[in-house]
Amino acid sequence: MVNLIVFFVCAIICILGATGVVFSRNPVHSALSLVATLFGIAVLFVQMAAQFLAAVQVIVYTGAIVVLILFVIMLLGVDKEEDIDDEPLAGQRVSAYIVAGVTIVGLVVLLGLAGFNDANSNQRTGWGASTAALVTGDKSVTAPLSTSLATTRRGDVVENADPDNIKTLGRLLFTKYVFAFEVTGLLLTIAVVGAVVMARRPTDLVPQPDEPASMDDDFMADVEAESSGAH
Amino acid sequence: MTQLYPAMLGLSAALFAIGAMGLLRRRNPLVMIMCVELMLNAVNLTFVTFGNMLNDAAGQAIVFFVLVVAAAEVVVGLGIIVAISRRKPGATADDISVLRG
Amino acid sequence: MLDLVWLIPALPLLGFSILALFGRRIGNPLAGWLATIFAGSSFVVSCVVFAGLVRLGGDRTFEKVMFTWIPAGDFSVDVGFLVDPLSAAMILFVTGIATLIHLYSIGYMHHDPRFPKFFTYLNLFVFSMLMLVLGNNMLLTFLGWEGVGACSYLLISFWFEKDANASAGKKAFITNRIGDWGFMVAMFATFFTVGSLNYTVINAAAPGLAKTTAAFIAITLFVGACGKSAQLPLSIWLPDAMAGPTPVSALIHAATMVTAGVYLMTRTAGITAAASDWVSWVIVIVGIATALFAACVGTSQYDIKKVLAYSTVSQLGFMFIAVGSGAYTAAIFHMITHAFFKACLFLGSGSVIHGMADEQDMRFMGGLRKVMPITAGTFIVAWLAIAGVFPFAGFWSKDQIIEGAYAKSPVFAGLTLFAALLTAYYMTRQVYMVFLAPARWGEHAERETVEIGTPAVTEIDGETGETVEVEPAVSETLELVNGLPAAEHVAVTDPAFHPHESGWHMTLPLVVLAALSAVGGALNLPFTHGTEFLATWLEPVTDLGIPAGKSAHIASNAEKLIFAGISTVVAIVGIVVARSLFKDGDRVKGERMEPALFQKAWGYDSAISAFMGGPGRAFAEGLAWFDRTVIDGAVNGSGVLVRGLGRGLRGVQNGYVRSYALSIAVGAILVVAFMATRVLSF
Repeated sequence: MVNLIVFFVCAIICILGATGVVFSRNPVHSALSLVATLFGIAVLFVQMAAQFLAAVQVIVYTGAIVVLILFVIMLLGVDKEEDIDDEPLAGQRVSAYIVAGVTIVGLVVLLGLAGFNDANSNQRTGWGASTAALVTGDKSVTAPLSTSLATTRRGDVVENADPDNIKTLGRLLFTKYVFAFEVTGLLLTIAVVGAVVMARRPTDLVPQPDEPASMDDDFMADVEAESSGAH
Repeated sequence: MTQLYPAMLGLSAALFAIGAMGLLRRRNPLVMIMCVELMLNAVNLTFVTFGNMLNDAAGQAIVFFVLVVAAAEVVVGLGIIVAISRRKPGATADDISVLRG
Repeated sequence: MLDLVWLIPALPLLGFSILALFGRRIGNPLAGWLATIFAGSSFVVSCVVFAGLVRLGGDRTFEKVMFTWIPAGDFSVDVGFLVDPLSAAMILFVTGIATLIHLYSIGYMHHDPRFPKFFTYLNLFVFSMLMLVLGNNMLLTFLGWEGVGACSYLLISFWFEKDANASAGKKAFITNRIGDWGFMVAMFATFFTVGSLNYTVINAAAPGLAKTTAAFIAITLFVGACGKSAQLPLSIWLPDAMAGPTPVSALIHAATMVTAGVYLMTRTAGITAAASDWVSWVIVIVGIATALFAACVGTSQYDIKKVLAYSTVSQLGFMFIAVGSGAYTAAIFHMITHAFFKACLFLGSGSVIHGMADEQDMRFMGGLRKVMPITAGTFIVAWLAIAGVFPFAGFWSKDQIIEGAYAKSPVFAGLTLFAALLTAYYMTRQVYMVFLAPARWGEHAERETVEIGTPAVTEIDGETGETVEVEPAVSETLELVNGLPAAEHVAVTDPAFHPHESGWHMTLPLVVLAALSAVGGALNLPFTHGTEFLATWLEPVTDLGIPAGKSAHIASNAEKLIFAGISTVVAIVGIVVARSLFKDGDRVKGERMEPALFQKAWGYDSAISAFMGGPGRAFAEGLAWFDRTVIDGAVNGSGVLVRGLGRGLRGVQNGYVRSYALSIAVGAILVVAFMATRVLSF
């Protein structure tokens, strides 16, 4: 009973937040709506016995990423309003609605047609187990990512407020998925380096002898001329 | 709990669809990034739901990685937006269309 | 001793290589002697090999394989030599006559600036001809076939500074090529059905071939033979080939190359025997048609070499009549005797031309018997041989052909006799015009000056009524000698001109050949079986030519006597008629018997030119139009199509990120839908 209520409340929050993100004119309003959605999802994580992830979601996603986005909004001054009804590309609006509609309907139908096995019973009861098995589990697409140590074969029980959630997750990350773990570390490093390089002001760079100092300026001037001429 | 699973997955589908529609409709680059975050969160929810259904912690492990990648992506995307906005203040996604056929 | 057979083609090849590399340095006349020595030594080895073959006995076949030339799986061709009665007979007379002609050329080409090159080509020709004859498989024969064709082209257009000579060479080569197509198709068909190109294998497998297969192979081989041996309709190249030096005409176009067709048909006699009946009828009919066609033309030609050229075509027709009738021995016999007397005639005419300061028109000759006795004597001996007068060589060989034709059909025998009559007639005409009639050269020429011109053009003036001259009268004088423009025959009509006899280089071969023409009949005297040397010698080869179920036709003694009598009468009639017309040198009487149709060779050449100039050209232009419009259009059109498509598709890339995102979304939906149909089980 409690589960149901919690779920419905959070679901409503998520949906309202999502529509807020999409249909707000002010980007700051969109960012705040996103925060609402993320909080809703965090609560749902807790309901699914993924407590660690809920915490990480709030700390990293809401507390870092959305804040970063807000920084940039404020920094660049793009907080002015955008006319959402005006659509210069032909057919884009209609296509967007169609895509959204097809996605929802298609996914729901997909889940409905498939069957799934409940963890506690062995009969197929309907929604989505085989598709789930596509993604997780032994014969899943992600199985090759894990190393051959610590085989968890439906054995990492996550049901019902497991106090060792962190422990389980940690063990999993450092044995079965250690390779992916290391790769993501590398990915973060690269992202940081790339961002730093990209966001630097060009005048900070030492001009190379065989490269004219104003090469970038020339190019962007052409870009501006092109797009101002095109519009 | 079992009867909630379909609803959970339905909610994820809805969030994903709304995020996709927003990505296709909005021109402001930052709002587009937020829509991408929305989609990624929908997927995270799906993963966790499945992990719960199958009693497999791998679902949560995958979410972990998705989170990291999303963070990296946002970092790089914002860097790009900053670099573009420095040249053309107030640029929207439609203004960067030099690479046309 | 038979192992020395490889020397026979190798010696001329060595001569060719040395002369090709060092010819200019060796110079005149040493290059000529070197070439003659190589040809002569080849003749000596041929005699040795012949003796060895005689000693071998049995079925008298010796095959020597030198090495494998083309080992390509199923298709394996060796370089090997087949010494059997036919090839032994051929190498003897080919090398013998080639040696004599080499010797003759030393004298004839003495003043030519490209003297060594001539002998280079001659030696190459001898090599090719020997490969043709000695080859143990069709591909080696074809190698020699093409080689003699190429040498023929090189030698015909030896004096290529004149356009006409170069064109004659090209004409010969192209006409030959049409025949070569037939030979090649025959080779393909033979390999396809028999599985090998080796003659021994083919002749052994021939009786087992289906009639239509053998007919196809035989007919295509005959097409090749027509090209090489100048039978209708591919006879056009031989008269034009007289543009080459006379030794070339003698060697290539009288004695050796043109006989290659007859050799080929005899070599593959087994296939013709296994073929349907109509093949041999076609061969005989073509032979008769050619013989009559060329003989008619020969009666009206004025160039001394052209008469002999058409005579060669006609005599080759005779040989094919024999081949078609199955009388292969008669064909080979006539080939050998023809080589003797025709070479003698050609060399004799070359001697005449040399002595008459390069004049070739017979209307300016006459009375040369007293001035050039040796030439005249040898020429007359060869004349009697070709006319078929007893006891010279031609009499015996022509008789056997007539016997063979009669066995096929009496009509053929009649037509062959008529061709023999024409032969005797035109050769007699030539002998009288050149040697025996009164002289028409130098101081004896009839000179006259003719006035040609146009009268004045007058008109009556309207005002005064007087006749006024608009254009003045034109009067020109033209010098005529013997009824022809003097400007074209300056040297020979000079009053001080005096012809002379030729040197020993040229008269010695003439004497040898005349002697052979006289006694050559002894090769195959028909009196008893014991004197028919050639027939018994060639039996292993000619027996293959007897179709299954039939036996060789042997004429009875009575038949032989009757034919001998008839052909003697025919020859005498031809000689008498010609003598009465030409012995006085009266051109008026002569011209009545020289209709323009025959002078123009039945209009065949001009018909070909008209056809190719008109419909031929239109056809070619139609093809060019097709190539330009349809083929190029298709190729360019596909380019245009691709470009248009590209231009259309370019619109997809509009530069807007959001439309790209839309495309990705739609694509993702499609992919997931596809995956769902694969993965889900309902």
